[in-house]
Amino acid sequence: MSRITWTPEQLRGFWRDMHRIRAFERAAIYQSSLGKIYGALHSYEGQESCAIGVSAALQRGDYVASTHRGHGHCIAVGARMDRMMAELFGRIDGYCKGKGGSLHIADVGAGMLGANGIVGAGYAIAAGAALSAKVSGNGRVSVVFFGDGAVTRGTFHEVMNMASLWKLPLVLVCENNGLAQYVPTAETMVFENVSSLAQGYKMPGVAVDGNDIRAVHEAALAAVDRARQAQGPTLLELHTQRYHGHSSGDPQVYRSKAEVEALRLATDPIVRLENELVAAGLLADREALLAQIDAEVAQAVAFAEASAYPADEELSTDVYA
Amino acid sequence: MSSHNLREITFREAVREALCEEMERQKGMVIIGEDLLPGGGSFGVHLGMGERFGARMFESPISESAIVGVALGAALTGGPAVAEIMYSDFMCVCMDEIVNQAAKIRYMTGGQARVPLVVRSPIGMTRGVAAQHSQSLESWFAHIPGLRVAMPSTPADAKGMLKSALRGQDPVVFFEPKLLYGTKGMVSDDPDLLVPLGQARLAREGSDLSIIATGLMVSRALEAAEKLQGQGVSAEVIDPRTVSPIDWDTIFASVDKTGRAMVVNEATLTCSVASEIAASIGELRFNSLDGPVRRLGSAFVPKPSTPGLEKLSYPSVEQIVALGTEMMPRRRAA
Repeated sequence: MSRITWTPEQLRGFWRDMHRIRAFERAAIYQSSLGKIYGALHSYEGQESCAIGVSAALQRGDYVASTHRGHGHCIAVGARMDRMMAELFGRIDGYCKGKGGSLHIADVGAGMLGANGIVGAGYAIAAGAALSAKVSGNGRVSVVFFGDGAVTRGTFHEVMNMASLWKLPLVLVCENNGLAQYVPTAETMVFENVSSLAQGYKMPGVAVDGNDIRAVHEAALAAVDRARQAQGPTLLELHTQRYHGHSSGDPQVYRSKAEVEALRLATDPIVRLENELVAAGLLADREALLAQIDAEVAQAVAFAEASAYPADEELSTDVYA
Repeated sequence: MSSHNLREITFREAVREALCEEMERQKGMVIIGEDLLPGGGSFGVHLGMGERFGARMFESPISESAIVGVALGAALTGGPAVAEIMYSDFMCVCMDEIVNQAAKIRYMTGGQARVPLVVRSPIGMTRGVAAQHSQSLESWFAHIPGLRVAMPSTPADAKGMLKSALRGQDPVVFFEPKLLYGTKGMVSDDPDLLVPLGQARLAREGSDLSIIATGLMVSRALEAAEKLQGQGVSAEVIDPRTVSPIDWDTIFASVDKTGRAMVVNEATLTCSVASEIAASIGELRFNSLDGPVRRLGSAFVPKPSTPGLEKLSYPSVEQIVALGTEMMPRRRAA
């Protein structure tokens, strides 16, 4: 039984925020297909409930370290879509002046410490943010998102041990989408599930259905509270799925279109919440809300297109302070 | 009259003073490393610091990737943060954190990130510890834009440069030549005396030959210069101090003056800092040169443990003297 009293506004907010991520991701893929986006994309579509359910448990000032599949986390912590799209377009008004692109999108001032091109690099960076929060006593919490494929990196095990040893205010969120790039995780991992690894590292390990945003949020709240109370880290495992390939260049030879369609029908976290809200009569304004989101995305694309490419002088700025 | 004094202290004490003074000054500063408390960390640099700063000194498990990555995360959100890597050879197991993360995050985020991170590590020769504890890998890091790579050769520079690193906003890889820890020099007790990174030091003035030497090789170059003086050769010795980004102006000015350049580093020469310096002198100061730029470095072999071979593998004072003599024009018979 849930201990949370859910308000209609909160659930409608979840629905809208998940839709915002999905709309952004679809627009990004479309713009990429038009040749407007130069680099590769790693679509977050299908995993929206993870970013939104977790980030809703955070406060202003908390930290997030993300992955190569980072757009959703960025939007979830409050980054502006227009500056994000401009970053994907390689323009000067992007968050990183176009120098980072999709793989390094970041809003450092908002605590979003960056997507990352190296699988398994976020753990220690997030743990370091947690360490500085602990030293300064500012009560902040740090979250690292990672995929199941990153659990086999040595850095996972180094940081699980270190974070538990030093009782860092850290929440480790595994978005287990079942695929390590092209390979089913069962073929690359001997452990039955990721959350069970927490036991050896003496921290709570909690696995939930990642498509149930209430379950995600509730688990995240408990983990974030525990961290904020200086009781140490928690490992969350969110069972989720991605509806696109590993990256925009992945032909998905490992699964058929029919399989992906069936996966969507069976799992979609947005549809799941939407059905519930519609049944409860809480989404009478669905079309208007979707139109608002579409307008926000369209404005983001227009902003990106209107922004200039960085001047040649930008090549060698930002290397040193 | 200054209220600050010069005292003779060791290189190790100079590094410790820099750390202590900046821990006092910067309340967000943290140190992460192995055996910090109570062992004092690598080569005892942190001895006695635990009692004063224990809450901000983190005794780490043997997890070099996490040491540097956690220090980076702390630097990004607070800092400064110091990661001590026990031997610089062990930096091979935290290269991602240094090269892909710390060095690039400012650029990748379009200047959003500040990175007051210092990765300190003892470098180079000691005694008989062989191929995994004796290397000089500074050129690996000098190759990476975004990193500052420091390698002081005197106690005063060790203190002043480390303090500059700790007050800066860039990731610094700070190499301390192991054999220098016990050496002594005059160091100011002024807590605000900094030695800027990226500025070379004229270690000895001369007019016939420029010897550009780094790290431990500075002392060997100075010893060789004295011997060369006995043969009537006036050698100038330049210590770049920071090997990246490097102070070309000072090096080029010396070569313009003497017309001859020898570069000595402890690393193997292939793709070394010495090679980079020699190439740049040849490329940009060809017209100043009276002869080819020459280099000395370690033999291109893994470091052996046994004393005779170990000694043979490093550039010696005698080699510097011999090469310096060879580089001078032959005197005509009277």
